[in-house]
This record gives sequence, C-alpha cells and structure tokens, in this order.
Amino acid sequence: MRITGRLPVALGCLAGIHLLVIFAGFVSPYSFDAQERFHSFAPPTRVHFFDSNGKFHLRPFVYAVASGDENSNEYREDRSVTYPISFFTAGEEYSLFGVWPCQRHLFGVNAPARIYLLGADGFGRDQLSRLLYGGRVSLFGGFLAAALSVLLGLGVGAMAGFYGGRADDLMMRIADVFIVVPWFYLLLAIRAVLPLHIQPEAAFLLVVATIGVVGWARPARLVRGVALSQRERNFVLAARGFGASNFYLLRRHILPSAWGVALTQMAVLIPQFILAEVILSFLGLGIGEPVPSWGNMLAYAQQYHILVSYWWMLIPGLAPVPVFLAYHGLADYLHARLQSVS
Amino acid sequence: MKRCCGKSFLASILLVAAVVASLRQPAASQDWLRSTADVGRPGGQLAFAERAEPKTLNPVTAVDRPSRDAIRCMSGDLIHINRYTRKTEPALAKSWTISPDGKRFTLQLRRGIRFSDGAPFDADDVVFSFKVYLDEKVHSPQRDLLLVSGQPMTVEKLDAYSVRFTFAAPYSVAERVFDSLAMLPRHLLEKDYAEGKINQAWNLNVTPDKIAGLGAFRLKQFVPGERLVLERNPNYWKIDAKGQKLPYLEDLVFLFVSSQDAEVMRFLAGDTQIISGLSAENFAVLSKDPRSSNYKLEDAGPGLEYNFLVFNLNDDTEGRLPQLARRQKWFNDRHFRQAVSAAIDRSAIVRLVYRGRGAALASQVTPGNKLWINSALPVPQYSIANARQLLQSAGFSWNKDGNLLDKEGQPVEFTILVSSSNAQRTQMATLIQDDLKHLGMKSQVVALEFRAATDRVVQSHDYDTALLGIAGGDVDPTTSMSVLLSGGQTHFWHLGEKKPATLWEDEIDQLMQKQLVAMNYQQRKKLYDRVQEIIAEELPVICLASPHILVGAKQDLGNFRPGIIENYVLWNADEFFWRIPAGNR
Repeated sequence: MRITGRLPVALGCLAGIHLLVIFAGFVSPYSFDAQERFHSFAPPTRVHFFDSNGKFHLRPFVYAVASGDENSNEYREDRSVTYPISFFTAGEEYSLFGVWPCQRHLFGVNAPARIYLLGADGFGRDQLSRLLYGGRVSLFGGFLAAALSVLLGLGVGAMAGFYGGRADDLMMRIADVFIVVPWFYLLLAIRAVLPLHIQPEAAFLLVVATIGVVGWARPARLVRGVALSQRERNFVLAARGFGASNFYLLRRHILPSAWGVALTQMAVLIPQFILAEVILSFLGLGIGEPVPSWGNMLAYAQQYHILVSYWWMLIPGLAPVPVFLAYHGLADYLHARLQSVS
Repeated sequence: MKRCCGKSFLASILLVAAVVASLRQPAASQDWLRSTADVGRPGGQLAFAERAEPKTLNPVTAVDRPSRDAIRCMSGDLIHINRYTRKTEPALAKSWTISPDGKRFTLQLRRGIRFSDGAPFDADDVVFSFKVYLDEKVHSPQRDLLLVSGQPMTVEKLDAYSVRFTFAAPYSVAERVFDSLAMLPRHLLEKDYAEGKINQAWNLNVTPDKIAGLGAFRLKQFVPGERLVLERNPNYWKIDAKGQKLPYLEDLVFLFVSSQDAEVMRFLAGDTQIISGLSAENFAVLSKDPRSSNYKLEDAGPGLEYNFLVFNLNDDTEGRLPQLARRQKWFNDRHFRQAVSAAIDRSAIVRLVYRGRGAALASQVTPGNKLWINSALPVPQYSIANARQLLQSAGFSWNKDGNLLDKEGQPVEFTILVSSSNAQRTQMATLIQDDLKHLGMKSQVVALEFRAATDRVVQSHDYDTALLGIAGGDVDPTTSMSVLLSGGQTHFWHLGEKKPATLWEDEIDQLMQKQLVAMNYQQRKKLYDRVQEIIAEELPVICLASPHILVGAKQDLGNFRPGIIENYVLWNADEFFWRIPAGNR
C-alpha cells in the first residue's frame, strides 16, 4: 500500500523531469554553447522584486553584472538599470524535437543583462541551459541503453530457458563472459581505434550501444529463470500437447510471463546506466564539448580551484538524485506488484 | 697541576670545536666556486611535488621532466646558465677561452673536486662524458646539440685539468650547450659503456653506492610510487660568501602526486614547501587562502612556454588518410591559415585560460624572451571581417546557413586534437572552436589521453590540427632548431622532410644555419627576427599564448629566486636555506 502510494509521485517526477529535458530549448533561456566571455564563472543571478530605491515591482527583474577588473571573477551588479524578466519571450533560435525551428523561450531578459539562474561556467555559458540540454544525453542515454540491454536479455534469456540443454549452456557461458568483461577498458579500447571524426551524435550512440550491449547478461539470466519455470507449467505443456509451435509458446506464454521481470529490471538498470554515462563523460570518454552531459559538466569540478571557488559548478552532480529516487520508487512498485501477482 | 689540567681540557674542547667546524669548512687545496647568494644556515629538508615518477636517474637517456629535475640536482655541468640572469657562468670549468676563429674552446677545470662517492674528478671524466653523449649508438637526446653543420665536436684532454673542444664551424652558442650536460663518473660507468649497457645503467633500481655525481645532492632512497629522497653531497664544490660549504639543506625530497590540484593541496597542507608551474586559477585560489601568510607567491612573468595550433601538412604518400588529403587542400593555403589566425581571439585566451597572467603571441618567441623577441611583430588582431575577406580571396564561399564551403563546394570541417590531461589547452580548444564557428567552420575538439595524442602527431600523422605546447629549453634560438629546421626531430607540421617542401621553409633552414655560426648578437638577432617574421606570415603553427611562470614557497625559505628557464624553482636548490630552524617552525 505504502509503495503503491508512492507510484504517482515517482511517475509524476519522472514525467516532469523528462518533459523539462525534452523541451530544453524552450525552458532554457540560452543555447547550450552560447558563450559570453566576459561572464566567466558568473554566480547565479539574483532575481529582485525591490529595486535600489526600495520600490516593489510585481514583475521580477535582474541587474546586469560586470567585473571591475577584466581578469577577475568577482562580479558586481550595476543597479542603475533594471531588466525585467519577460516570459514567453523571443530569443536564440532552437529546434523543437529537432525539426521545427523556434525562437520562443519560457523566460529571458533583454541584453546586455543575462540571466543565469544556476550561474555560468568558465566560458560564460548558462549552467541551467546546459543542465537541461545535458539531461537529454544523460537521461535518454540511460533509457536507450537499458532498453537495449533488456531487449537483448529478454531474447537471449527466453531462448536459453525455453530450449535448455546445449543452447542454454552456450548462451549462459557467453553471458558469464559479458559479466566479467571490464566494460570501462572495452570502451577505452573502442574509442582508441575509432577515427577522430566522430560526430557528437555518433559518440552518443556509441556510448549507448556499448553500455547496452555489455549489460544484457544480468536481465538474460533473470528471464532465463522465469522461462525455465514457465516451460514446465501445465498450461504450457497443454498448449504443446495441442500442437503449438515453439515460436507460439515463446510469444504467447513465455515472453508475457517474463515481462514483469523485464520491466523491473529496466527500472533498476536505467539509473545505473545514467550513472554509467555520467561516469564515462566525466572521464572524457562520452560525448565531447561543446555538447553538454551531466558527466562532462561535472568533470569541470575535478579542478581544485572550481571545487573551492564556484559551488554552482557542482549542481550537475545533484541533478541525477531526484531521477534515481523516482526510478527506484518505480522499481520498488513493480517489484511489489510482481510478487503479489505471483 | 690543576691549572695545567684546565688548560689541556680547554685545548681539547677547542680542538673538538675546530674539527667539528672543519667538517663544514672547505679544504684550502680545492678550487671552490663562491656563491654570491645570501648566507644561510645549514640543516632542514625541502619537499617538492612532481607530477610523475622519474623514469631513470641516468643523465644520458633522461628525457622526461621528473627525471631531468632529479638529475639536475645530482649532477654538475661545465658551464652553467644562471636561471635568474639567463647568462652563462662558470661551473665545473672555472674559466674558458675561445680561439679567434670561434671554433675552439679551451676549458680550465676546477682542481681538487670529488664526485659524491669521493672519487676525484678530472679531464678524463670530461672526455669520457662527451664520448658517451656523442656516441650514435647511445641515442642520447643531447647529441643533436653537440653537432655543428652535422659534424660532431671533438674533445681532447690537454692536461689533467684542461680540455679542448673543437667544432667543425664557428658555433655561436657553444658556451650554452654545456649547460645541464651532466659530467659522468668514468670510474662507475666505463664498464657499462664498454659493454654497451650504458642506457640500462642507473635505472630506478640503482643503489646509492653505485651512483655518483657532482651535484649538490646525492641519492639516498627511492620509494616507488611515493618519493625520491636526495641527501646533501658532502663533496660539493660550492661555498657561500662566508666560506661555509653548500648546500645548506640536509635532504631534498621529491613527492609524486597525480595532478596539479593534488600538488596544491599537498602544498597547502605543508607536505611540500615549494611549488612550481601553478595555473593562474590555482594561483588565485592560493593567494586568497587564509593560510596565505605562511607562503609567498611569485609571478615570475611570461615564461618560454608557447601554445600553438599546428596544421597537419605531412605527406601522406601511402594514401592512408584520404580524408586528410581533402583537408590539406585548405591547410596548404596560406590564406586559410591566416584566416584561422585572424579569427582566434587571443585576448580571450589570455583572459579566460590564464586569468590575465599570460601573454598573447605573434610568433614562437614569447615576451619572456626579451633578448630574442622580434618586438616589431604585432600580435594578430582579432577580426572576423578580415578572416572572411581572406577566405573569400582564397575562393571559399558560404551557403545560406552560413556554413563555409571550399572551392569544390564541400563544407569545411576538421578536428582539433588536444591532450585531455592539460585542462588549459582543452579550454583553449573550446574557445577556438567557438571562434571558428563565426567563420562557418565546423571544428570538433577531440581530447585524447596524452600519449595517444602525441602518437597521432608524431607517429601516425592521423589528425587535422592539434593544439600543442612547447615548454622549457633555453632562451637561445638554437634550442628551437629541431622545431624550425625542415629536417628537425620536432618539426611538427611536416615531419621527416627530406628537403624543404616550401620556399619559406628553405629560407628558415638557411637563416637558422647562418645564425648558428654568426658570432655576434646583432647579426644573429637580425637573422632570427626574420625567422619569426616568416612564422608569423606563413603560420604553419598559429602561436596563441604563453602563460606566466607562477610559483610559490614557504615564507622562510631563503634564496628563493624563481627563473623562467627550467627548473623554475629548484635551479638554485644548493643555496636554499631555512631562515627559521626546522624545530622552531
């Protein structure tokens, strides 16, 4: 009951985060690679309701910031002019779903002021915009990789469990090999032999494919267990007695019963694989600059001076937390549901 | 009787005191080198962090920085370049004369000098050392410097304390080549050399009794993965103004840490007392730290390191890299290279990467090299309009999306290779990528692990452009010969040229050879100015920026005088001393 109650929260949270990320172009005020070189490491912009004269404004506003010395990262607000935050405003062009060109942004301020709700990085790029765009890579990378490995696992596991014998032995030994493969070194090796001209999209797919292909062994084992027990069930034996083909049995009886396990696995694997992508990008093996991902954004915080001076550079490290909690809530729910059904 | 006993007691105390004092006092029969630095007090130790372990302690084969740093402290050279004044000064050779034709150098060695194991040093050791360095089979990295017009120098012993060096042609910088050429102990290495095993000698498994040198320190202990400890060499040949034997420090410790950030943290924690090669960011963090009253930070000004973008102009005779051939059509066009140079905002690099503690460059000579920089060359103006004009004149055009197309209508896309271990260069690459976007050029930054990146540049030539940096070396033009000469070992943009591929490379070759034999500074400067002009005009490498040398040390370290030639801080470790004894700190 307690678990069931959490489901709407988890689903709502996931839906919300994914929508934000899908509509990153709209929600974020700037594009992920727009540099403002005089705003290097600008702190989060303060949103004001009261101006310097103490007058209240219903519409929130910001001040433009500038650093006194051009080489310093200490910024001061210029309080002489207010820049109201406008909503549904026109700004830099982006493409919605990668197809429709669009200029409307959820919010923005007029130049020369810029709004950095989560601060700016070393090149003066808006962290919020990068976090949202970076979520695309990290969240969907994790999702696609998990889908790939669960699909592979479902296929291989069902076949191994259903046919048994030599086929089972062979497939499970292959699965063992995949479990012991040090995937990190594998990816290093793959990156080293690939040509340099690899587009960010291709790098993304490569990361997804590697994580997904290496990760199929565990779901395959679980599905195999289900298939093994199902194939001896009376209804399966009966269907076989009536002359059902192997393909029919797999499609009609074995795979549907493995579906619950597969979904639970998926909910467990997605956060793991999101983390895998974050780690790979953190180490510079994932997607490359200027395309952001939570991992390569967090990689900047490896540098001591950033760690001690600019706390907002650590936010990409917090971003996965709500996602993981929501996915784990979902996995708990699925698991409980599976147990109550069986 | 009583009085008599008292006298002898007093006498014996005086005698003991005299003996103790004599341990620190030099013997009169030696030719000491008297240091002019502040007089200090003996004792204490100093720790310095290295980013990697040394690979060897053998001066003949060492190429990596940690090895060279340690070896410099353990060995002596004949003539030394003062890192502070950048001028040559006597070291193991107390004086030298040059023949009027500029080909013969006669060096007088100091007398009575001993290696750290107590064996005497004389002309035979010098002759042996140069025999080893000049031996082609040994493949010593120093050999190239000892050749003039392709001919090795000859070395002959005149007597036990004088040696004559003869060059095939007048050699303008002869004095300077002796710097950092470690004199080897013949008694320890002659057997290894005869057996052809000199390259394997003095690796990291060597025990302290098997290694000896003429440096201020000698090997005490090596702990793999952790530290290298050197101890005071009691036979060192320098004294201070008061006649005390140098060095003052008892131990010099090299700690191995993984990154500059770790280096900063160890320094802040007090594990190391001196730090070198700081990034401007870390320099700023250190200067703001509440513990900053414990140490002094110094900006020694622009160094000699220059960072540049190099175009791959290598021949692909075997046709292994068809993609590269297409791109080389652009790279070989001078206007294209000039357009890229004009589109790079060097001031943004200095501001964002070096926080203002750096200098934008016009050529490979940095403002730190005041003696040789061609100050008439302006730093290229950042101008997208200029860059566009240059591209247009070279037949490039833009499509309606603003993407740059070459003469054949192909989009201009290439990669910028950079070593992922260097955060500053990666930052530069990201800035350049953004700059080039304004020209409609699509570039991709590829950050590879250091070795993978250098392999591509030096071995396989499988890259388009690369962002590299060259640090170290001397201020003299001769040290950049291997980059500038068409047949040079590090002629990055076109390695292994049999003959100069272009007229301007031919001109550089001739100018560099001429300056090598020109005997006066004005003449050489004129020749080298022209070389810088050619590089700035033809741009096989686009020189970007040079960082300042940023260093720090504990407040009470005496004689801390950083220089801009490597090693920036440890070059005068023999003169370092603690103003406050270790116990009271």
